[in-house]
Amino acid sequence: MSGHSTFQPKNAAVKWLDQRLPIISLMTEHAMDFPTPKNLNYWWTFGGILMLCLVLQIITGIVLVMHYTPHTDLAFRSVEQIMRDVNYGWLLRYMHANGASFFFIAVYIHIFRGLYYGSYKAPREVLWILGVIILLVMMATAFMGYVLPWGQMSFWGAKVITNLFSAVPFVGDSIVTWLWGGFSVDNPTLQRFFSLHYLLPFVLAGIVVLHVWALHVPGNNNPTGVDVKSGADTVPFHPYYTIKDGFAIMVFLAVYALFVFYLPNYLGHPINYEVADPLKTPSHIVPEWYFLPFYAILRSIPDKLLGVVAMFGSILVLVIVPWLDTSKVRSASYRPIYRQFFWLLAIDCVVLGIVGAKPPEGMWLIIGRIATAYYFVHFLVILPLVGLMERPRPLPSSISESVLGKKKHDAQAQAAE
Amino acid sequence: MAATDTKEPTRRDFLYIATGSFAAVGAAATLWPFIDQMNPDASVRALAAIEVDLAPLEEGQSITVNWRGNPVFVRYRTGAEIEEAKAVPIDELRDPFARNPALPEDAPANDVNRVIEGKEQYLIQIGVCTHLGCVPIGESGDFDGWFCPCHGSHYDTAGRIRKGPAPENLPIPPYEYITDSKVRIG
Repeated sequence: MSGHSTFQPKNAAVKWLDQRLPIISLMTEHAMDFPTPKNLNYWWTFGGILMLCLVLQIITGIVLVMHYTPHTDLAFRSVEQIMRDVNYGWLLRYMHANGASFFFIAVYIHIFRGLYYGSYKAPREVLWILGVIILLVMMATAFMGYVLPWGQMSFWGAKVITNLFSAVPFVGDSIVTWLWGGFSVDNPTLQRFFSLHYLLPFVLAGIVVLHVWALHVPGNNNPTGVDVKSGADTVPFHPYYTIKDGFAIMVFLAVYALFVFYLPNYLGHPINYEVADPLKTPSHIVPEWYFLPFYAILRSIPDKLLGVVAMFGSILVLVIVPWLDTSKVRSASYRPIYRQFFWLLAIDCVVLGIVGAKPPEGMWLIIGRIATAYYFVHFLVILPLVGLMERPRPLPSSISESVLGKKKHDAQAQAAE
Repeated sequence: MAATDTKEPTRRDFLYIATGSFAAVGAAATLWPFIDQMNPDASVRALAAIEVDLAPLEEGQSITVNWRGNPVFVRYRTGAEIEEAKAVPIDELRDPFARNPALPEDAPANDVNRVIEGKEQYLIQIGVCTHLGCVPIGESGDFDGWFCPCHGSHYDTAGRIRKGPAPENLPIPPYEYITDSKVRIG
């Protein structure tokens, strides 16, 4: 789908540059003229929203580093100094902290959109797998960022999560000591997390370029899941989707601003405003909300190693989803049975999130085990079987037909002849 | 192109593989300092031993000391606690090993193997839950020992895991008595 650009530089300077480095024609081809299905709904705007999130996190992060000190004696105080003394420090820090939450809200919607409309199916498997890698790097970045303020939840979150690696047979303890740079989470740990937390967003930016590259080879999927068949099915990215994405970004930012200005600590934990104490664990430790479903999976399995395997497995199973789904039809709009299971999975993930926030006792333990089992059954059993047994509804013959209705589409096609 | 006609390895094949191997070994050797720099440095390793005076402790009291960044629980156990720990048969334990570096690895986790003989009232153990590293709370849980608030592991009065997700007993640090009432940990 690439290579359709008709860009012809008119300006002499642009022409001179483009002959030496074709950056302007590249950008015109991929960010302006790119042929995009004309039926994309608002669920497709989250790609653009996510790019904005990454840029926002990088900019606010770079300025926060101008005031932050990565040392166990000074980290907590420097964060308080940012909040109280630095001009607009409170704003920058609240933007960064809530920005992480909104980044995850957007990425989870983006992933579920892909699951609903079958965006992972051929020929977009590599695009999907790059997305899973982005999710993993995002999680690592968010986890290490949360350690930096050096509050109680920072410290104990870091300790519990790094201890996950002690479940590795034989070399587990050596790996954990290596990760810590000591015999517990301490100053060396804080400093390396700071270094990596600064590095990984740029790694993310690089993988995002690959993600967009892999997207621009087959082009966008769309709500019907039917391939683009002719120019009548597409519109240029600009102005149609720059405006649509722009509107969605404004709405997204409005909700984000609501949190930054009026509920800045709603998604955080009060105990993280208490400085880290390596000798005292808070009575109830939980990760940030965006890790709760995975935390619930970890805790619902009574064996240490298997719990860790299940937690990582719950993300890695996404890698093989393109091959687990046996249906040739992409969009759940035409898959009456899969659509119901999709919503069950969405509910299951919310349930796991709720369970992850509760103490692992009594009813919550049982609900967590059922929800964990269902999560894996969905991907490993239901997804392959439904594709084989389900009878999909008839697909529209083209994107254009689905938008205009069959009669109008035929009339338009006749008129064109 | 004689080289592609024959199956015999040529001098060029040899040079190709030799060069590749040399570069791979060199790259691996260069990589090592970048990996090993993350291991504990000399100043961290130097903090390896502390001394603790047990004289101020009275029966039923505990203190927590910091050893290599981790809490070490020092408890003067009551007679009832010692009796309770001794009464447990080994085959009822989740982890049957003593986890005491002063003893062989397969030493059974009976009460005397968790302490130093003749000083059975003093239980000295690393206060880091063997599940995911939280610090258990003393004198609590279903077995009157320690309870980990993070994921619900219960330890008994000898610090042995009895219930919950933790796989092992609380580890005993390497320690010795330097006087009758003073120990050196590490």
